[in-house]
Amino acid sequence: MMDSIIVIKSEFSNLINDAENIEILEEVRIAALGKKGRITSLMKNLGQIEPEERKLMGQNLNILKQDITSLLETKKVELETASLNARLLQERVDTTLPSRPEELGTIHPISQTTDELISIFGEMGFSVAEGPNIEEDWYNFTALNIPVDHPARQEHDTFYINAEKDGQRMVLRTHTSPVQIRTMQKHEPPIRIIVPGRTYRCDHDATHSPMFHQIEGLVIDEATHMGHLKGCLIEMCRTFFGIENLPVRFRPSYFPFTEPSAEVDIGCSFGDGILKIGEGDDWLEILGSGMVNPRVLENCGVDSQKFQGFAFGMGVERMAMLKYGIPDLRTFYDSDMRWLKHYGFQPLDIPSLVGRASL
Amino acid sequence: MKFSLSWLKEYLETDNNLDEILHWLTMVGLEVETVEDQAQLVKDFVIGHIVDAKPHPDADRLKVLKVQTGTETLEVVCGAPNARADMKGIFACNGSYIPGLDVTLKTTKIRGITSNGMMLSEHEINLSDDHEGIIEVPSKLETGSSAAEALGLTDIIIDIAITPNRGDCLGIYGIARDLAAAGIGFLKPLEIPEIIGAFESPIKVNLDFNDSDKDACPIFTGRYIKNVKNRQSPQWLKDKILAVGLRPISALVDITNYMTIAHCRPLHVFDADKINGGINIRMARAEEKLLALDGKEYSLDETMTVIADNHNAEALAGVMGGEKSGVSEKTINVMLETAYFDPVRTATTGRKLNLQSDARYRFERGVDPAFLRDATEIATQMILDICGGEPSEVITVGQEPDWRRSYFLNSSRIKKLGGVEVAPDRTQEILEKLGFEVSKKDDGWETITPSWRYDIAGEADLVEEVLRINGYDNIPIVPLERVSSLPQGAINLTQDRRSRTRRTLAHRGLTEAVTFSFLSTDHANLFGGSPKNIELVNPISTDLNIMRPSILPNLINAISRNSDKGYNNTSLFEIGPQFSGENPDDENIVAAGIRSQQAKSRTWNEISRQVDVFDVKADVLAVLDQLGGPVANPQIMQGAASWYHPGKSGTFQLGPQKIIAYFGDIHPAILKAMNINIPMVAFEIYLDNAPIPKNTVRTKPPINLSTLQAVERDFAFVIEKTIAADQVVRAAFIADKQLIADVTVFDIFKGESVEAGKISIGITVKFQPKEATLTEEEIESICKKIISNVSKQTGGILRG
Repeated sequence: MMDSIIVIKSEFSNLINDAENIEILEEVRIAALGKKGRITSLMKNLGQIEPEERKLMGQNLNILKQDITSLLETKKVELETASLNARLLQERVDTTLPSRPEELGTIHPISQTTDELISIFGEMGFSVAEGPNIEEDWYNFTALNIPVDHPARQEHDTFYINAEKDGQRMVLRTHTSPVQIRTMQKHEPPIRIIVPGRTYRCDHDATHSPMFHQIEGLVIDEATHMGHLKGCLIEMCRTFFGIENLPVRFRPSYFPFTEPSAEVDIGCSFGDGILKIGEGDDWLEILGSGMVNPRVLENCGVDSQKFQGFAFGMGVERMAMLKYGIPDLRTFYDSDMRWLKHYGFQPLDIPSLVGRASL
Repeated sequence: MKFSLSWLKEYLETDNNLDEILHWLTMVGLEVETVEDQAQLVKDFVIGHIVDAKPHPDADRLKVLKVQTGTETLEVVCGAPNARADMKGIFACNGSYIPGLDVTLKTTKIRGITSNGMMLSEHEINLSDDHEGIIEVPSKLETGSSAAEALGLTDIIIDIAITPNRGDCLGIYGIARDLAAAGIGFLKPLEIPEIIGAFESPIKVNLDFNDSDKDACPIFTGRYIKNVKNRQSPQWLKDKILAVGLRPISALVDITNYMTIAHCRPLHVFDADKINGGINIRMARAEEKLLALDGKEYSLDETMTVIADNHNAEALAGVMGGEKSGVSEKTINVMLETAYFDPVRTATTGRKLNLQSDARYRFERGVDPAFLRDATEIATQMILDICGGEPSEVITVGQEPDWRRSYFLNSSRIKKLGGVEVAPDRTQEILEKLGFEVSKKDDGWETITPSWRYDIAGEADLVEEVLRINGYDNIPIVPLERVSSLPQGAINLTQDRRSRTRRTLAHRGLTEAVTFSFLSTDHANLFGGSPKNIELVNPISTDLNIMRPSILPNLINAISRNSDKGYNNTSLFEIGPQFSGENPDDENIVAAGIRSQQAKSRTWNEISRQVDVFDVKADVLAVLDQLGGPVANPQIMQGAASWYHPGKSGTFQLGPQKIIAYFGDIHPAILKAMNINIPMVAFEIYLDNAPIPKNTVRTKPPINLSTLQAVERDFAFVIEKTIAADQVVRAAFIADKQLIADVTVFDIFKGESVEAGKISIGITVKFQPKEATLTEEEIESICKKIISNVSKQTGGILRG
């Protein structure tokens, strides 16, 4: 009897070992442990054995059953793994093939730069104000202390339209400054606004476009002086260009609507024809600014003895060109896909001062 | 404004070096644009000694020179008629740059003979137009020594930008005054000669104006000088004139240019023998003609001021002299004119005639009205010194305009406006050095403006004068005080919506463009047209002559241009204004977009298809979702504006009036009219029409996350083709608003099994029970209600 257990174990061990697939293994299982299987039969027959042999035989048969079951399990896992591996090999695809195409658009550098400047000035407590593109002569010029015969008017290369207001042709605003006037007429100081927007000049060559964008700023309260103007604009320039110690220079200039006036330069170098911002001995003009001319305040009904403040203005395209190395102004409006993709920004690249160390 | 350092130093006594001078020029507001070291221009050139000059064997006009350069003797082929042996001139070796020809010299063979350099003419160094012969220098100069010194090119030329308010610095003396005020040396007082006229001017001057025109020329000063000789200017004067970029003409002309550059005092010299009778300064007559010194004939009108003799206009006041009475080398007797002309009239005249001149540039910015007599004396002295002659008494007609203006500068004002403390003594000193009459009062200074500073018009201007001369660098940097410790949000809801729209569309695959706000009338008319009121009076081209009624034409053209370059299947959008009139309310901010050609490009795993109306409908819905509020769920109507395909377009609106968006195929006739032959779909979203929510409650209603299973049922209805799918969906929805969570169209079918003129529409309705699992009977009852609702509202029959 014991001999036959050894034979059975060896026999089934071999069969299990030789099983090529799950089906054959199942046949082996049935032959061994199925209802009519050899081991099952032997266990059924235990009753007929002498009681003193039965206990030992029973123990041995149980061990045999456990051994064969364990061998079957091990083999099953082995066969399943082999079969899965074979299937996976079958299912191989060439993952170097391109994925399904998905188009992501880009944000125009003018929008991006505007958003960057808004995020900087927003931190300083400015809010965004806007005004019409088609402006009355009074808002665009006269209220800003540029009377009809003023030489500065000629330098503006104004576009006129057929419509008239108060006997004067209406204009396409030559700067965003009329929004200063509209804001001061509507709101009592303190005022702290920036004004992004389209502006127009009748000029078209390599460095001029008939339409371009400006950002204007205005601060009016009882105490803001020229030291604050310097502080505000230095902070803006350094944050915008992401250069902590960017040299910023204020130089006397002239604008009819500010007094005193200052142009703002940033330090740069032009070595080998390549502009580098933040280093070198040269200066690059980027902003016009000044203390709001008392006459402009009076034109808006603001008491110039009590209130004062500063204004500034910059070209958005120019800021973008300098920061991102865009060489040609005219290309901003060409809508050339190659250009838009190259100089454009990812839609989720949303400017924020807290988002990153610098813009 | 170009000037030379040496000329500046004639008026400014200074020990400061060039860098300091340049720094302070910019820092007082006279921005240095370029600095040119004259010697640099000729640094490669040396004194060459021609030791031999033979005729060229193969060319009659050429000579073969042997030139000693100081280090070697070279053969040079030369065409100058004055080249001869034993002469010294300026030699340029191979490799040097010749500014007048804009070439770098190389060894060249001229008619078989190698030329190793060049003997230079004045033209070739940009000294004058003279290219008749080569420059001859005194033979005592050492061969091989620097050309710069031999040519007197040792000066520094500085070009500065002058802002429109600083007419006074369009003369070197004015620049010197500003520098001196800033502490860069001392301003030398002008020496005014006192010339006694020996006789009365035979030419009488008359200011011939009506009361209304009197200010066109309030004062005229002049002098008759007889027996002059209008020769070439002496070298010192020529050098000065050349240094500032002008060409020496003749002594009399050069002297007037000298006065313009040195003292911002344009003068005119008439040939007195060409003046018929007296001089009348008057308004021009309509269509009166004047042949000006630039050789062009101008037709004048009654707004222009002229200097005339008894018959004709002889000069355009403040702008340009006339050809006929101009001086020449034959001139013997002259009439010197030093007058003051009205800036506005001068500017208007110049602009109308499109005539720019150094005189106009100065008169329109305002020349010093108190510097007529002195200028006349200085100019007379120069004429007498250079051209000889005998002067008459000075003629003065009219009256010096009253230029004195008085302003009070409060001593606290500088600190309050400028943020910097300037010592009272320094403040007073600055103003005095700038030429103000200043008297100290208890709380500030009473000032009278200098005659040359018409730009000073108030206390703030005085503050600026003190601040700029004291130096903007001395103003301390003060951070702008925060209004609140945390920023309060820079943009409002409307601006925020634009920003979200921009980034949503870009994220959906459209690329942002920025195009001009104007376009051609033709294109405007295709898209609803713009009123004549917003047509440009002075467009830069006829293609850009009217404000746009829609952004689409610009985008369509842009897509087409890209396609022409081989960039296909592009999608562009723009967020910007469109215009329906000239008032602020007529400007609308619109987000417009175009998708073109293939929606999916052909790849190994995607089937390509053409863009269609549902691509742009999805764009619009994505944006409306971002805008939030009621626009997230607008009404939709079939059809859109006239530039869309009437059958393949839709309109989202709120109520019957408020258009929120159009979308659809561009009308084929519009594309044809624009010469476009690629398919395009478009949308326009009227962002300003999205209502602003009245209360901004940020809390959201509680959500009931039901654990009960949702159930779906499919229905197919046969409906008339003219029935909108949306009607079927809405009819199904309202069958039970509580229970029905969603209705989607999963199939549209038309074919043989469906009656002609009808279609089958398949919808899936999702029921979300909230209180108890639905029983079959309950489901059955809602389904019946759906079928009857659809039937009632659309005539749809459930398909068997």
